[in-house]
Amino acid sequence: MFFTYVYRELRRRHRQALLTALGLAVGVALVVAVTAYAGGVSNAQDEVLHSLYGVGTDITVSQQKKMDQAGSQRFGMQPPDQAKQGKKFSRSAVMTSPGQQSISVTKVKQIAALNGVDAVTGSITMTVMNVQGKFAQAQSGSSSSSSGASSAQPSSGSSTQSQTQMSPINVSSLSASGVDLSNLKLGPLSAAQITFGRSLASTDTNAKVALVTKAYAKQNSLSVGDTKKISGTKFEIVGIVVLPSGSTSSDMYISLARSQKLSDNVGKVNQIYVRAVSADTIAAVKKEIKQSMPKATVTTSEDLASQVSGSLASASSLADRLGKWLAIAALIASFAVASLLTVSAVSRRVREFGTLKALGWKGRRIVGQVLGESMVQGIIGAVLGVALGIAGARLIAAFSPDLKATLGSTTQMPQGAPPGAGAAMRALGGAAQTVTVHLTAPVSLELVGTAVALALAGALVAGALGGWRASRLRPADALRRVD
Amino acid sequence: MLYELTGVTKRYTQRRKVINALDGIDLRIAEGEFLAIQGSTGSGKTTLLQMLGAVDRPSGGTLLYADRDLAKLGEGDLSELRSHSFGFIFQAFNLIPTLTAQENVETALVPWHVHTDERRRRAAEALDGVGLADRARHIPSELSGGEQQRVAIARALVREPKVIFADEPTGNLDERTRDDIIGLLEQLWRERGQTLIVVTHDTWVASRASRRIWLDAGKVETPPVDDRSIAETVSEPAREPALQV
Repeated sequence: MFFTYVYRELRRRHRQALLTALGLAVGVALVVAVTAYAGGVSNAQDEVLHSLYGVGTDITVSQQKKMDQAGSQRFGMQPPDQAKQGKKFSRSAVMTSPGQQSISVTKVKQIAALNGVDAVTGSITMTVMNVQGKFAQAQSGSSSSSSGASSAQPSSGSSTQSQTQMSPINVSSLSASGVDLSNLKLGPLSAAQITFGRSLASTDTNAKVALVTKAYAKQNSLSVGDTKKISGTKFEIVGIVVLPSGSTSSDMYISLARSQKLSDNVGKVNQIYVRAVSADTIAAVKKEIKQSMPKATVTTSEDLASQVSGSLASASSLADRLGKWLAIAALIASFAVASLLTVSAVSRRVREFGTLKALGWKGRRIVGQVLGESMVQGIIGAVLGVALGIAGARLIAAFSPDLKATLGSTTQMPQGAPPGAGAAMRALGGAAQTVTVHLTAPVSLELVGTAVALALAGALVAGALGGWRASRLRPADALRRVD
Repeated sequence: MLYELTGVTKRYTQRRKVINALDGIDLRIAEGEFLAIQGSTGSGKTTLLQMLGAVDRPSGGTLLYADRDLAKLGEGDLSELRSHSFGFIFQAFNLIPTLTAQENVETALVPWHVHTDERRRRAAEALDGVGLADRARHIPSELSGGEQQRVAIARALVREPKVIFADEPTGNLDERTRDDIIGLLEQLWRERGQTLIVVTHDTWVASRASRRIWLDAGKVETPPVDDRSIAETVSEPAREPALQV
């Protein structure tokens, strides 16, 4: 009888029932679409941050070098004696990231001992400069021509030395990161994927092995099994890696121990990666680290996210401000419409419910009947709403343009940006780093569940109000008439 | 006595004005009686029926049904009483428009929580009893006024109540159908021995009762000597039958 009555009643006033369901559906659809859009923006932000920051990293710690500590690297291109004039030379210099000061590994252990810290690892990011050419040669007469497309003329070269001729020299650089092999899930290699060969292992701590990025390998015609010389040490390439799109990765990855020796930083790192126990503890961990290392630059992913600009930041702002409130307003409106329509429907059935009460139906049975009708409308609304929401999310994903995220600017760099981003950006003298991502609008099962729950909650509210109205009817109303 | 009413009053407040719908009713109704309640518009007939049928509570006085004071019973007990002891027939039939005749009769059995098969069987029997077995699957809008009232009677009778209340049961029917319906009610009353309380304007309908009371301004008054004077107060003279009593 319950289901028959519900079905017949909804069929009788199918237009109003459909209107109520549609009202709920519109509210739910907006919630689904806006949440999917916000999820897509969030994913895009994560993608950008992962590219720039590394998967799983919550906090990075670095220390700025004082200006007078910056120093410079001299390559010594003047021949040591006359016999060396005109002879070939090759110089290699290893520099840690400019502007970054080394931090003792004991600090890594101190951070690891802090409350709320799940894992910590340190790394060294360095730049290897290679200069090859011939020593300058004293010469009388006119200068000879230079050759080589990739050659560079030093500023103190031939044009200013009338009595010595500077031969062309080749300058190349390589960025390399020293990775703590005991924890590859955190740090510079956390987002890396091996495309060929193998990854580094904990047994490689003192081995002269390296990973190179696919781009660097292609550019320099390197493959697994080849060797690459850094400051006189030959490293065997054991794997080729790729990092996420837009990543400012190093060209080469070696063990932390090897990088410390090469950069003359034994027992030191220049970047610390921290993973907090949970997102809730990140702020507290950051505070603790700042107390422990007052001079350090402590950056969270949130700090970095706040410095992201471009269309992604605009999209994020739109999702946060307009989208969220639009969805909430639509949801409240749909609840209100559903409630008003339900109460209105109950008001038109005073005689019907009064009659049922006169027949002995208890108030809760009538409330249950109204709730049942409302819940069916809620289910229809949920199905329609989820379908509309998914369609909306698909449209957003299909027609939204690619989003650009810019980290840093030409005038200001983010403080304490990680070495992946920081080193490259510093090397570029603070140039902005732009990553392009495609906006998706994912509709998860959880979101569908939430949407269904919202529609049912709306129906429940409407049904409860209608039921409350019905339960307050006196059976006498059924018999009342003017007499 | 089935009912004993002593000084029963009912007051409504309508637009800040107190209306004494019932003003000290003293009445006794015996089991198996066919009582007609008559009176002019606004005299309190329907209000009295509501009190007797436990769908409303008196403002004052004592209303005993089978020695139970209805004024002191809770809503649950009143619902229980209505579902087990009383049956209602309304002027406007008050059928659920979306349910078939059969399902409308079944609504009376819902509070009893009887098994679906049993519920259907009893409803079908009740409909058969009022001559509507072949109209069981029709919804009210597909039935004539007389058929709808027969469905309402079947709904009232399906629980075999002790008391049947009929509020202007023929008010919306033509004369011929009215005769059929009253004939049916009278026949059922005679066959089953239930108490039948009918509110009516119709002198002819009232004349079929075993006893008549006359209400005026919420009080039981002595019925007019000549029923013709009652007929003159009825707003629909076309329904007024020739005096046969």
